Amino acid sequence: MNWVGHLIILPILLPFVTAAALIPLDERRRSLKGALSFGATLLLLLTGGALMIASAHAQDNASLVYQLGNWAAPYGIVLVVDRLSAMMITLSTLMALCAQMFSMARWHKAGPHFHTLFQFMLVGINGAFLTGDLFNLFVFFEIMLAASYGLMLHGSGPVRVKAGLHYIAINLAASSLFLIGVSLIYGSTGTLNMADLALRIPDLSAENRMLLEAGAAVLGIAFLVKAGMWPLGFWLPQAYSAATPPVAAMFAILTKVGVYILLRLSLLLFGSGAGPSTGFGQGILLYGGLLTVLFGTIGVMASQAMGRLASYYVLISSGSLMAAIGLGITGVIPGTLFYLISSTLGICAFFLLIELVERARDAGADVLAVTMEAYGDGDDEEVAKEVGAAVPGTMAVLGACFVACTMLMAGLPPLSGFVAKFAILHGLFSGLAENSAVTGAQWIFVALLIVSGLAALIALNRVGIRTFWNSIEGTVPRVRLIEITPVLALLAACGFLTLQSGPALRYLQDTATALSQPQIYIGSVRDAVPVVSHGGS
Amino acid sequence: MELVLSVGIGVFAGSGIWLLFRPRTYQVVVGLALLSYAVNLFIFGMGRLRLNAPPVLEKGVAGGFLTHTDPLPQALVLTAIVIGFAMTALFLVVLLASRGFTGNDHVDGREGR
Repeated sequence: MNWVGHLIILPILLPFVTAAALIPLDERRRSLKGALSFGATLLLLLTGGALMIASAHAQDNASLVYQLGNWAAPYGIVLVVDRLSAMMITLSTLMALCAQMFSMARWHKAGPHFHTLFQFMLVGINGAFLTGDLFNLFVFFEIMLAASYGLMLHGSGPVRVKAGLHYIAINLAASSLFLIGVSLIYGSTGTLNMADLALRIPDLSAENRMLLEAGAAVLGIAFLVKAGMWPLGFWLPQAYSAATPPVAAMFAILTKVGVYILLRLSLLLFGSGAGPSTGFGQGILLYGGLLTVLFGTIGVMASQAMGRLASYYVLISSGSLMAAIGLGITGVIPGTLFYLISSTLGICAFFLLIELVERARDAGADVLAVTMEAYGDGDDEEVAKEVGAAVPGTMAVLGACFVACTMLMAGLPPLSGFVAKFAILHGLFSGLAENSAVTGAQWIFVALLIVSGLAALIALNRVGIRTFWNSIEGTVPRVRLIEITPVLALLAACGFLTLQSGPALRYLQDTATALSQPQIYIGSVRDAVPVVSHGGS
Repeated sequence: MELVLSVGIGVFAGSGIWLLFRPRTYQVVVGLALLSYAVNLFIFGMGRLRLNAPPVLEKGVAGGFLTHTDPLPQALVLTAIVIGFAMTALFLVVLLASRGFTGNDHVDGREGR
């Protein structure tokens, strides 16, 4: 096995080692901790890029397989990289990098072990993207969740503890469902390896098929809770708007982990080759996704605070993704993945931006500010001491970032949000043209996709006018370069995605092609041979 | 044996779910613990029940489904117990923090009417 082969384990190993190395470091040496953690994440980003290139150049679209114990697939544990998982790793790492940089300005001082927890969350997220069997998926999910509990409570305070309590309770209950689903699937098929599972599903006997489908449904509920489908997503706005900004920005990827698993499993296990189980659960995904978008749309319109607005937008985003997966049309998948990248980056940037913008509002013109100033003064002085020179034209930069976020989230041209929605709709209509008319549910999907964008536009306009034009005193928030750079970087990534949308969509088109042919994934996992050792090495 | 196991799982899960919907944080913790017991037993049951059969091969003796029980669910259940235990401990800490902030043990931090 050459060195590229060993890169596959790096997205799990690197943050794991970094997190462990950060624990014994003294809590006061935050800059050192931050720098180490940031460096590791930077390496991880390079690894993600290398994996994307490696998976794109693999022979016959094959997935890259890493056998952890050097045992062949159904019995040994495998990690699998294909275009989709490589892309998700790169996306999550890019967001992590920006969130970390942002946190180093002030937020990592709000509590102990911020960077350690952050790296452990990356272990869980990357592991969930890479794993090739269901039980390890559970383990990585738990690592991700355990770290996210810690990060949710980062900064403490009654609001965060209350939101954290609810967040932990619902996720623990969902984990129980996860285990029930996994064990039902094992009980009915006798395997937990996803590729092996996909092979066995077509030939199951009727009573085992019933058990398998029950198991898959219970398992699905666990992912739907994570992805925030209505009515399982009521916990989400509360938790996300209470979390500290860098944490909330990183949480934007957690819902997408749920969406990723749903996409992966529904295409692999219940794709075209699954016999009587083909298309299992698609209706639930479609209608549940539509209801989630509707709920998110109403929530966005009703929100006054920007944090809540962004949280409800998370629901719109994951609802649109679930509904698009539930359509079951291969042509929609490239657009869907493009939407996933674009909207996640947009939300991440927006969560970071909120805190910078609201800094101005807190000190500024609101009636509330009178009371704020009464006990917020000392705090302000403290802030003033630690910041350097304020960035000139701060409000202009913040305003421009806000406009860019609005365009991304509402799906307005020219940014990537528009390209994504256009690609989804184009895929939907061109995928249907030859066989049938557009069904009612598909029309509703089209309508909701557009209306949810309009709602986001209206809500963001309202908030933007109140924040940028209506502030009486015109207090300029003090923003450090290290805080605005991540926001600009995320928006630049979206801009790059827009400019390069041709190559990006081609990559995603290949991803969708590979996903729609589960036999490629299955074949790669089954045909991987253990490494033969040569003497002592 | 099957009846005892299924009734056990049912009672654990039923009580766990009932407690999960109660307003006191302590009840929620106990509910989650009971639920995880039910889940652990359920995983165990998915390996099919066999009495007096070892899960591990002995040296020099061929194994098979007639003489041995499925070892995988036992390994899974071990992992699930450890993770569940750790999560319950974590939840208890958050419960105490919440109690410290709000001064009561209601899940919403204040008494409902």
